[in-house]
Amino acid sequence: MISGAEIVIRCLQEEKVDCVFGYPGGSVLHIYDALFKQDEVKHILVRHEQAAVHAADAYSRSSQRVGVALVTSGPGVTNTVTGIATAYMDSIPMVVLCGQVPTQYIGQDAFQECDTVGITRPCVKHNFLVKDVKDLAITIKKAFHIAATGRPGPVVVDIPKDITAQMCEFDYPKTIQMRSYNPVVKGHLGQIKKAVQILQEAKRPIIYAGGGVILSDAAEKLTQLARKLNFPVTNTLMGLGGYPATDRQFVGMLGMHGTFEANNAMHYADVILAIGARFDDRVIGNPEHFSQEKRRVIHIDIDPSSISKRVKVDVPIVGNVADVLDELLKLLDAGCKTDPEVADWWAQIEEWRGRESLRYRQSEHIMPQFVVEKLYEVTGGDAFITSDVGQHQMFAAQYYKFDKPRRWINSGGLGTMGVGLPYGMGVLMANPGAQVACVTGEGSIQMCIQEMSTCKQYGLPIKIINLNNGMLGMVRQWQEMFYSKRYSQSYVTSLPDFVKLAEAYGHVGMRIERPEDVEPALRKAFTEHKDDLVFMDFIIDPAANVFPMVAAGKGLTEMILAEEL
Amino acid sequence: MRHIISILIENEAGALSRVAGLFSARGYNIESLTVAPTEDESLSRMTILTHGSDEVLEQITKQLNKLVDVVKVVDLSEAAHVERELMLIKVRATGKDREEMKRMADIFRGRIIDVTESTYVIELTGASSKLDSFIAALDAGLILETVRTGVCGIGRGDRILKV
Ligand SMILES: Cc1cc2nc3c(=O)[nH]c(=O)nc-3n(C[C@H](O)[C@H](O)[C@H](O)COP(=O)(O)OP(=O)(O)OC[C@H]3O[C@@H](n4cnc5c(N)ncnc54)[C@H](O)[C@@H]3O)c2cc1C
Ligand SMILES: Cc1ncc(C[n+]2csc(CCOP(=O)(O)OP(=O)(O)O)c2C)c(N)n1
Ligand SMILES: [Mg+2]
Repeated sequence: MISGAEIVIRCLQEEKVDCVFGYPGGSVLHIYDALFKQDEVKHILVRHEQAAVHAADAYSRSSQRVGVALVTSGPGVTNTVTGIATAYMDSIPMVVLCGQVPTQYIGQDAFQECDTVGITRPCVKHNFLVKDVKDLAITIKKAFHIAATGRPGPVVVDIPKDITAQMCEFDYPKTIQMRSYNPVVKGHLGQIKKAVQILQEAKRPIIYAGGGVILSDAAEKLTQLARKLNFPVTNTLMGLGGYPATDRQFVGMLGMHGTFEANNAMHYADVILAIGARFDDRVIGNPEHFSQEKRRVIHIDIDPSSISKRVKVDVPIVGNVADVLDELLKLLDAGCKTDPEVADWWAQIEEWRGRESLRYRQSEHIMPQFVVEKLYEVTGGDAFITSDVGQHQMFAAQYYKFDKPRRWINSGGLGTMGVGLPYGMGVLMANPGAQVACVTGEGSIQMCIQEMSTCKQYGLPIKIINLNNGMLGMVRQWQEMFYSKRYSQSYVTSLPDFVKLAEAYGHVGMRIERPEDVEPALRKAFTEHKDDLVFMDFIIDPAANVFPMVAAGKGLTEMILAEEL
Repeated sequence: MRHIISILIENEAGALSRVAGLFSARGYNIESLTVAPTEDESLSRMTILTHGSDEVLEQITKQLNKLVDVVKVVDLSEAAHVERELMLIKVRATGKDREEMKRMADIFRGRIIDVTESTYVIELTGASSKLDSFIAALDAGLILETVRTGVCGIGRGDRILKV
């Protein structure tokens, strides 16, 4: 017999979890004691529980494993909510273990009690309250199973303190069967055949691929498919890296800040092959405008509720992207004709591409786009790039050409400022020794800046690329364009001296103010200071804006381009 | 369109709030909801009466199916089914109203299940529209209290909802 606390740790070992991100407190003391007595599962002590969850989330995003966070009851749990909701919106598998007050105190407003299951219910894939130590191991098994299968998502396990003290036999089930949970994997063959038929008839096709390709580890299969068909490919913000950005067939990201060619190709396509993408409102613009064009839509998604939610789909294929692409490829191999008329479509796309919608104005100041371009060069295009939320995030997405999946780590669905630095920590724990840069802004970085202390403790040499415009730039951009330049509360005064701040935490700080210093500073950071966390405070042109832009309520082709201003 | 959704769900603490939470979070409407364990005690059956377009209904069933505890979902109103609702209604029954109330209950095939000097409790089962008509047929001033279970329904013939 072992204690509930030991069972928790044994479960983590069985799941091959090599590290958890967490923060101790009263209700998890038994678990922390069990953690202390072993060394298979490493623990990263963050400085705020939000960061623990973000780090666990990035651990998942940057690997094929499930990230784990461990927090105490009450405030420990409430601090995790932003992190859980962030993972939920982007379908990231994760297990969050929470302490709870002892069973007999639940419901009595006990010290540090909160209704964890109630508070987290709307932002988890599932959650559990463990009521009997005999259910503990199987519940944790279920949590990992549910988190990682089907459409992935975060799962919370709430564990009362008395359960962690009780003794029980440990028996970890190898597999699990749940009558109420059986996600589909294989797509319906009849539907796939229909899809092949439509793909072959297409005159103006586009492959629109999203986060589901990354989550399904299907990037290579997508590439094979696109090459075979010679169709243009666009990615959502979450899909970047799912198709090599340096490839000729890639037309860039689409959507609110998508390229001219991607948005036009999407809008005017006669056949859309949507793969693990959910027709988000930031992607299709005004739905009425989008639905004006006649087209046929094939949609591959593991979650039936993503299909025909915002855009009517003609051929729904419910299944795992990798499995469905296998079938598609097989059928195409068995008799694929190349359609000559796709050549005209390509000519049209090249014309759109000729607009060079990502060209940006020159300035005596550092332009943020330039920093990202140099970052790409200096890191050989091979770094993990985490980001926060704002203009800097869009610049990173537009100008860092991701050729590989799981390299672009950002919050798309919830758009959570503050994720960047803890995301860097999670990436490094999952990929020791990797190059990691966090492209951030002076607003976002301050939302989890305390994690510089964690980075010091565990030697996590993240390069923080702070695109400092002294503004909540994305807010400022909207105010400039849609609120007659009334800059209500978007100007950040009293910024800290980031160089000194980094030094105070024991790291290296740099301030870069001239365009000609950008590249040398980056080189220095990535070579001389390879093993240091370097806070690079780039003082950028505060007037730089993100283009193209589809304003709220506008159609996908009604883009504002940089050259028009 | 009016729809009756039947759900088989694991009989676990919190199951009801997962379903109710889903409806409120996504802005779907619930006109009535009934829930009780089935002959298999590990399962509860829920019946939800809702209104919505075909697109909304498609999303409702998809989203319900996505809940990890939900075992099965059907839209009963898609095919032949029977539906019933139970109402208990307390009415004033004094003087000439006493006889009138009895007569009305008889016409609607209700049963008087509690009697005092001045009140009756009438039990009435039927389609919701029948219960509505009964209420409409009574003098509103005589109705003291009503309680309705909400709709429950079952498919006709071979249409069976079971694991
Ligand atoms: C400031 C800001 C600006 C933004 N601008 C843009 C923009 O210009 N363009 C843009 O694209 N986005 C933009 N976004 C992001 C946007 O809000 C959405 O997060 C994003 O578009 C969603 O990407 P997705 O459709 O790939 O879906 P995801 O959220 O990645 O969802 C993945 C889909 O794949 C499915 N799936 C998951 N796993 C599998 C599997 N194994 N097999 C099959 N299917 C699976 C899921 O069910 C889901 O439907 C912006 C966000 C912010 C914060
Ligand atoms: C937690 C949170 N609060 C508010 C917002 C709204 N918001 C989106 S972008 C942005 C400005 C971000 O400023 P900064 O980090 O400096 O980035 P910049 O846009 O200047 O590059 C704000 C406030 C958000 N996304 N997240
Ligand atoms: Mg800023």
